[in-house]
Amino acid sequence: MVNPELLFNALLTGLFLGGFYAAVSVGITIAFGMLDIVNIAHPAFIMLGAFVEFYLNSNFGIDPLLASLIAIPPAFLVGRLLYKIYYYAFERHGEESLQGLAFFFGILFIVEVGLLLVFGVDYRFVEADYIRKTIEFGYISLPLRLVVPMIVGLAMVAAIYFFTSRTFLGRAILAVSQDPGALRFVGGNPMRVKEIAFGLSIATAVVAGALLIIIQPVEPSLGREYIGRVFAICVLGGMTSLGGTVLASIIVGITEALTTTFGGPSWAPAVAFGLLIFALVVRPQGIFGR
Amino acid sequence: MNTIEPTVPTWATSRSRVARRYLIPLTASVLIVLFGFALLDWISYEYAYLAIYTILQYVVLATAWNILGGYAGYVNFGVAGFFALGIYTSVVNYKTLQLPLPVIIIIAGIVAGIVGLGMGYLTLRLRGVFFSIATLAFAVVLNTVFNNWHFVGGARGVPVLRPDAPLFFGTYPRYLFGVLLVLAVAAVLIARAVEYSWLGRGLAAIRDDELAAECSGVPALRLKLMATTISGALMGMAGAPFPYYITYIDPASAFSLTIAVNTVAMPVIGGMTTWIGPVIGAVMLGSLQQITTVTISSALSLMLVGVLLVVFVALAPRGIVGVVKTLRERWA
Repeated sequence: MVNPELLFNALLTGLFLGGFYAAVSVGITIAFGMLDIVNIAHPAFIMLGAFVEFYLNSNFGIDPLLASLIAIPPAFLVGRLLYKIYYYAFERHGEESLQGLAFFFGILFIVEVGLLLVFGVDYRFVEADYIRKTIEFGYISLPLRLVVPMIVGLAMVAAIYFFTSRTFLGRAILAVSQDPGALRFVGGNPMRVKEIAFGLSIATAVVAGALLIIIQPVEPSLGREYIGRVFAICVLGGMTSLGGTVLASIIVGITEALTTTFGGPSWAPAVAFGLLIFALVVRPQGIFGR
Repeated sequence: MNTIEPTVPTWATSRSRVARRYLIPLTASVLIVLFGFALLDWISYEYAYLAIYTILQYVVLATAWNILGGYAGYVNFGVAGFFALGIYTSVVNYKTLQLPLPVIIIIAGIVAGIVGLGMGYLTLRLRGVFFSIATLAFAVVLNTVFNNWHFVGGARGVPVLRPDAPLFFGTYPRYLFGVLLVLAVAAVLIARAVEYSWLGRGLAAIRDDELAAECSGVPALRLKLMATTISGALMGMAGAPFPYYITYIDPASAFSLTIAVNTVAMPVIGGMTTWIGPVIGAVMLGSLQQITTVTISSALSLMLVGVLLVVFVALAPRGIVGVVKTLRERWA
């Protein structure tokens, strides 16, 4: 018989993980879902963010969340620059599919090996007051190192949701994802809008990096586990939908937490990939897609 | 006005075509293998065989990848998965039957080919991008499976002892070199045969415009499945001798990202549309890596591959073959 206490805590952990996964995947929902840029290097940028925050935390004692705020502007610029290169090298010629994939694969590798050269293969972690605290209600335990990332992650997705639905620029991003030609027709510049959106996508990666290093110690190759996870969530969530991304994140989080609790942690990485292959085969338009 | 072409007897053209297509490459291959075996007497430095082994392994992998990636334009990131299937087929054999290496290479090819066919069947109906992501996922699922399969060592890994080499070769590194030389030549011959056959022409049509190809009657799914099967089988075959090369197998070494990146980078850098491209890429990049690993550091040599991949794909997407062709046209 399944232990109800264990089951409940697993569901709760999955919910927290889901909030964190939403922060990890929202960048892919923007880049891949909306802009059609297959940025498989996104998890590598999450690791880059995590290590920047580790550096700021260990050398200057800055809180990892505050450090991620500091890292947002440079990440935004890096994203814009990367899109410019991508645009001039591939998208302009309409050769983005094959060459673009190889391009981002190379970027992924460069970032990972770069981190390896600078920080080595050791696991790194950050110090903050809330990381070791746990709130207990009876047999329910709420470790703050999971609760804080969930809250920040969901807040970030909510902020992006309001940005894309309420502001002019945000609506332009949605427009470019639906029909770039029409945007050009009404006087917008699709390339510029996409550049800003891609910058935003990379900026979310450094925030997700801070959340990741709060949850667990990190090493440079950890990002690979997230490649399948983020794309699984993006596809399950219906590609462009932010709400779908959050729901899919929670589904993946809960499935993983249940697998870890009842099947052992070594099987957890296969869960998201299994879900992804299942989704691609059975319902490629996603659970919430049309 | 219609001009009537002077008719050439069909047997004459077909005979010269047969010669150009099959006899010359076959003769060249036999000569290369014989030359390689002749080297066995000259080089007494055992490390040289292992260095060349690595390069030949990449010739097989890059050529195999190119059959789907270069000819059809479907990017497979799951190279490590197919390679590891070959490795673990070989490990299972090592722990049970201990069949000789050439036999197990063929079995590994069959296993990886069947898995490739199954995977292609599930994912090749989708847009190419989804196929690429699914292949990444496929490698991680396999990695998890082998991490948990204790019979083949699990996450801890398993040591593999080299058996005695056949008498002709003397030492085991020489034997591995000989096996891989034959395998590499065979892989290149297969890729070349695919390229010049109806299969290759169909794949090229898919690469240029899949929708148009299907409308003109190219059975796209079937051709892509054939390419995935051949490609996966060759990758599995490249993996089978690997346990005897490295003598200790754990999932980290079987599924290293280095193998995946190298295998993608080599055809891209060499040139993807023709069989010689991956060979050029594998020999150049493989040698360069051997040199930089020994003289500088292995991390830096990996960095070099990543940078070369990005630079080539952005600036010279047709690879070295394309650059040479452009230069030749300019001078001619």
